[in-house]
Amino acid sequence: MTDAPKTPNTTDGVDVVDEEPQDAESVADQRRRVHEIWVSGTEERMPFASTTDEGAQELLPRDEEPALDIQLGVTVEDDFVGPEMVIDDERQIINMGPQHPATHGVLRLQVELEGETVRRVKPIIGYLHTGMEKTAETLTYAQGSTNVTRMDYLSPFHNELAYSLTVEQLLGIDVPKRADAIRVLMTELNRVASHLLWAATMGMDLGMVSMMIYGWREREVCLDFFEKVTGLRMNHNYIRPGGVAADLPDGWEDDVVNLIEAVTIGIDEYAELMDENPIFLDRTMGVGVITPGECKQFGVTGPIARGSGIDWDLRKAMPYSGIDAYEFEVPTGLHGDVNDRYMVRMEEIRQSLHIAGQVLETMPPGDYRNPDPKVTPPPRQRIDESMEALIHHFKLFTSGIHVPEGTAYQSVEGPRGEIGCYLVSKGGTRPWRMHWRAPSFAAVQALPAMMTDSLIADLIAALASTDPVLGDIDR
Amino acid sequence: MSDVTPPVEEVAVDEEAALPRELPTVGSIAGLLEAFPDATFTTRKYASSETVYHAISVPVSDWVVFAQAALEAGFDAFIDLAAVDHFGDAPRFEVTVNLLSMTEANRVVVSTRVPYDDPTVPTLTGVFVGANFYEREAYDLFGIDFPGHPDLTRILLPDEWEGHPLRKDYDIGAIPVEFKAGSADL
Amino acid sequence: MAGVSSEPGFLMSTLEKGVNWARTQSMWPASFGLACCAIEMMGTGAAHNDLARFGMEVFRASPRQADLMIVAGRVSQKMAPVLRQVYDQMAEPKWVISMGACASSGGMFNNYALVQGVDQVVPVDMYVPGCPPGPQSLMHGILSLQSKIMSGEINRSTGVF
Repeated sequence: MTDAPKTPNTTDGVDVVDEEPQDAESVADQRRRVHEIWVSGTEERMPFASTTDEGAQELLPRDEEPALDIQLGVTVEDDFVGPEMVIDDERQIINMGPQHPATHGVLRLQVELEGETVRRVKPIIGYLHTGMEKTAETLTYAQGSTNVTRMDYLSPFHNELAYSLTVEQLLGIDVPKRADAIRVLMTELNRVASHLLWAATMGMDLGMVSMMIYGWREREVCLDFFEKVTGLRMNHNYIRPGGVAADLPDGWEDDVVNLIEAVTIGIDEYAELMDENPIFLDRTMGVGVITPGECKQFGVTGPIARGSGIDWDLRKAMPYSGIDAYEFEVPTGLHGDVNDRYMVRMEEIRQSLHIAGQVLETMPPGDYRNPDPKVTPPPRQRIDESMEALIHHFKLFTSGIHVPEGTAYQSVEGPRGEIGCYLVSKGGTRPWRMHWRAPSFAAVQALPAMMTDSLIADLIAALASTDPVLGDIDR
Repeated sequence: MSDVTPPVEEVAVDEEAALPRELPTVGSIAGLLEAFPDATFTTRKYASSETVYHAISVPVSDWVVFAQAALEAGFDAFIDLAAVDHFGDAPRFEVTVNLLSMTEANRVVVSTRVPYDDPTVPTLTGVFVGANFYEREAYDLFGIDFPGHPDLTRILLPDEWEGHPLRKDYDIGAIPVEFKAGSADL
Repeated sequence: MAGVSSEPGFLMSTLEKGVNWARTQSMWPASFGLACCAIEMMGTGAAHNDLARFGMEVFRASPRQADLMIVAGRVSQKMAPVLRQVYDQMAEPKWVISMGACASSGGMFNNYALVQGVDQVVPVDMYVPGCPPGPQSLMHGILSLQSKIMSGEINRSTGVF
């Protein structure tokens, strides 16, 4: 802060001085008093006191460093630790969330403002901590899909796929070709559904309420297909270790054709609405920029990294489930701003629909799950005929899948980036430890790099563009 | 809060002390292993894929310097950091970091073990900024100390929480479920 | 109320019906979205299911402007005080719908991190089962709550009415 003349009634909302100030000293004193109430921590109403019972983590005091320097990593201590909080006349700390319409759930941001400009941001998470990793240790491998599908609730199929692949890696088994194709179909359509919801909520955050309606209109088409295949609109528990839970229903080809057509028409409409829209462009271009180096340092992957120009997609680089057999392109951006992320996601919808169309043409016949009776339950009619099948069925559902000792990590390209599952097995039917590599966790961590020194309105745009899912972050 | 934040000046010295050898200049994973003879190395294969990744175990004294060498060997994307409680085994805690080379499409999963009475792993935040939240998570859920970390506070649980719930000796905290189905007043 | 005296009693009970009707048809939900259920709550408000048919489409971000809290998702120990604070800030009369298994009973996550049922934090008027409940389930829950308010079964008498 320089000693430039200050406008008296910009901040605080408490002691607003409307008339001409008598002398500059008194106004400064007045505002300092207000700051003392809000910042220095003697008053009971101070919102960030660590004695509050809602898990208050504070923006740590800092010295007079201008802004977050943590982008480069080496200077990280300079930012967070300083001798005293410098009380500046126009600085104020406001709290956004955990109950806020633009935080996509229960994310909480502590924002230090200088007028309208964001000087520091601290994301505070944990308001949706569900203890899923602990619960996973009490569930068998067969039950695990039920648990993980509720993690990133906008991409349940990807969670199930990452989990199933990791268990299969430990078991050392493969799944039939048809199961792979079904997995690819469902995950790619899930990517479409997730990006549609992102477009809807992002449109609403940027003031286009009609986008909310349109995005949901197309998403419902996807959800209807998911419901037909899995029985549920969300949290499907469909992809399981050894294959998928059930074969695709009759007439699924027509549904996929209709879905591709409906969504293609829909995203063309979105393009008409947004691509050339001057308001949208003004609010997104050059906003929330993150560089490729920062992406790598923070572990940001997925559309955000691709928007910054990193040509990295696990589907191409470390292909799984035979996805390299399909033809698709990986869109990348140039500037790493919100608009590039928007363009990348819209193109990813098109590419995913393209993949789904190819799966439709090349869906192999055959079994939809591994025939190993130690992993998948026998067909219903076999139980009536065979004593052995009955025993396998009983053992599978009472004790579960026996997984050999070992450690495994496997990841898939989710709608938000790399979704990875890290499993430690000590033998037996339950995981010893399950850890999830959550893409939104890394993205939230990178929020300060995107938001520092931007305006509050741009903060909303940057936050929306990262597409955070709190269930994924907090687990 | 203040009692869990480590004093920074002290541990900065510690971190310096953890860098005894000069950084090896290695261009590949083979060179990386040559430079660290104490590290054990296994290769694992993904399921339904031909892709492999490398699991490397290093002693805790080499932790930061290995990460630095891996960064310079091209594993420059920080993907994940996880802790494991091997309850019953001798060095009880394991910390695993997952690094990715986007240019070579290669992945290393580096792990180290620390004992129960001194669960201390030097922080990686000086090498990868992204380790910040992940180390806070490991601290929160496992109680592993990362000296040198700028803001080692609880991240997922409330600040006043006691204990570290993902340790194996921490109870899951389930309450018994009472099924009332079939009672007349439903 | 009807038992105070005969003539005013007739008037009062009719007025109460009118008040109940007004309350029923102008509920404004606070958008208290937490987890998976919040997505389905949004879906209920969106074009396909169109909650506006029941006079409910105005999801309010500020609890001061809302009188129905739909607790959509799992409530963690860390979130519970926030939830209570938001509830306290809502205008009387207010109602709470507990949406989904996690909010109602902890669901499948019976562990250290979750509040095992949001009724330990705020009084709940209606439980909507499902994981997550589909839009139809939520709409059914809302309509059931409306009919209970209309019939006077759930009464938030503050002394004025």
